Amino acid sequence: MRTLDLKSEGTKLLLRAGLLTLLALGATFLLDPYRNYQLATSAGVFAAVAGLTLLVGLTGQLSLGHAVLMAAGGYGYALTATWVAGALAGAEGEVADGVVGWLLPLLAGVGGALVASGALGLLLGLAAARLRGPYLAGLTLALVIALPSAASTIPGLSGAQGISAPFVPVPDTLAALIAVEQWHAWLAIGVTACAVTPLVALRAGRAGLRMRAVHDDETAARLAGVDPGRVKTGAFVISSLAAGLGGVVLAIVTQQVSPGAYGLGFSLLLVVAAVVGGLGSLGGAAIGAVLVTLLPWVVDQATAGLPADLGHRLQGNLEIVLFGVVVIVVTVLWPGGLSRLLRTKKRSKKTQLSQNTQLFQNTER
Amino acid sequence: MTPEMGPAVERLVFLLSTGLARGAVLALFALSLVIVYRAARAVNFAQAAMAIVPVYVAFAVTSASGSYWLGLACALVTGALLGAVVERWLLRLVPQDNPLPGIIVAIGLVMVLQAGLAIAFGPDHRPVHAPFSQRPFDVGGVSVLSPYDLFVLIVAAVVMGGFAILFNRTSIGLQLRAAAFAPETSRLLGVRVPRMVTLGWMLSIATAALAALLLVPTGLGLDPHAADVLFVNAFAAAVIGGLDSPVGALVAGLVVGVLASLVTGYASAATAPLAVLALLTVVLLVRPHGLFAAREARTA
Repeated sequence: MRTLDLKSEGTKLLLRAGLLTLLALGATFLLDPYRNYQLATSAGVFAAVAGLTLLVGLTGQLSLGHAVLMAAGGYGYALTATWVAGALAGAEGEVADGVVGWLLPLLAGVGGALVASGALGLLLGLAAARLRGPYLAGLTLALVIALPSAASTIPGLSGAQGISAPFVPVPDTLAALIAVEQWHAWLAIGVTACAVTPLVALRAGRAGLRMRAVHDDETAARLAGVDPGRVKTGAFVISSLAAGLGGVVLAIVTQQVSPGAYGLGFSLLLVVAAVVGGLGSLGGAAIGAVLVTLLPWVVDQATAGLPADLGHRLQGNLEIVLFGVVVIVVTVLWPGGLSRLLRTKKRSKKTQLSQNTQLFQNTER
Repeated sequence: MTPEMGPAVERLVFLLSTGLARGAVLALFALSLVIVYRAARAVNFAQAAMAIVPVYVAFAVTSASGSYWLGLACALVTGALLGAVVERWLLRLVPQDNPLPGIIVAIGLVMVLQAGLAIAFGPDHRPVHAPFSQRPFDVGGVSVLSPYDLFVLIVAAVVMGGFAILFNRTSIGLQLRAAAFAPETSRLLGVRVPRMVTLGWMLSIATAALAALLLVPTGLGLDPHAADVLFVNAFAAAVIGGLDSPVGALVAGLVVGVLASLVTGYASAATAPLAVLALLTVVLLVRPHGLFAAREARTA
């Protein structure tokens, strides 16, 4: 029903995406440099969480390894962008400046990130198509644990130390207007918009329908002519591409990529963000991403006044305990997360009634 | 052992024997995953965090009383209690019809336990002393197992033998297996299925705690993440062995342990996780349900 009128739906979607992006760009003017840095970081996390929540919520495949896909994007970006920047400088004999000097490496870097994260996502997706819940989760967990080893084994990734990504300077025309943090926030918002908009379209369109069909009943989906393997692999690749773009954002903002930044803890935080926001909800993913980026900072601020020993122990741990409790509570009491809560509040009594009948039918089955 | 063996052979013997000792710990931990899988039809992703809590208890008791054995006993009891508490008070609240909520709750539990331990005991690695020497024996000029490795192997063998008797020769073991394979029929026949599930969790976490306790002196020391890699390797072993099969877990645990030891010795320590990942991927792609498991059901 929603998929019937694709053209006008598509235009509406693009308009809405454009509007939200402009709104976010405008908001950067209200924030100080540090807040803009946080905004850019949450944008990167948002891209990855959006990919993850789509994967888990629509196809039921749980990946604990999305941090590695982000890292793949980050490494792909840093290596390609550095190489292109070097080639440009070599060709002109001096450091290339002007728009070409930063735009070309940036675009090439994004391309490199998509290739790296897409390739890794395809490999995982092919495995995922054959695996169910715990097997896939375990495989992706093993991947996260192996990331530091991979970084020190694969030549060119410089082990635990990581590699640096080229600095993207503020263009001359804007230099008088905005600071570098705000400029990076703009880039982050732009890249994230490019990552999330296709996800929204997919979720609303035919592909989303297929994913839900495969999730609900694989045999029925197969009888209806949907190939579950292909749908699962495709969903994994798309999700990986979004995570890779998230990695690009973090590489632009921090100007470096290292395995330590994409460890198990960070990977689990991505899952937390997806669960808290509500699995399958992209709006919820945005809330979750902001939460996992900001709460550690809030806890740091709150524990700063405590005695040094206690503060040292709480730092970096208190928020993890809080996140763990929240994840358990949300899963047990409140499946659907924040997005479901916000929606049910708005819902009229009539739809509530029809939902109740639906629930009843489901339990009867 | 003849004196004319070259250094290459000596090295191989050393790596194989060390791998066997590490593999025994892995097999124990993999067995704990199998026990919980048989009881609850779920992989417990919080196994590493739940196993390391009793190790902290053992550490505290041992440093207070000076007795390793008292610490070990306390660890086993704490593990069993923790298993019961988590199963009764947390996992029973989680919907069971699909594995996703259970895994997510387990992840939340990992975060609470590990960060909670870091807050309670501080973030540093704590050195843990083994009850026996870790210097290898010298057999005909070749260094093989250390007394501690021997202790680990004996403990692992005793525990596994105990489980074999428990599962195959006792009434409780029969009830445990029946509750796992046909819960509704067992209930009709008078087996208290929920109690059996709780018992399975208690046995599983106590075993996992024992494995973690045996591992810690051979590593960098005690910290909240000390068992994470053990869990991943043991998960690989359990999956390779077929998740459902204790014998599979034992064999696969030893194989993964020896493989990791050989890769560490001949390539580098950093390569071992990659080798385990590669092995896990290959096995999952060839036999998605492991090497020793029966097929679950037709899908289409």
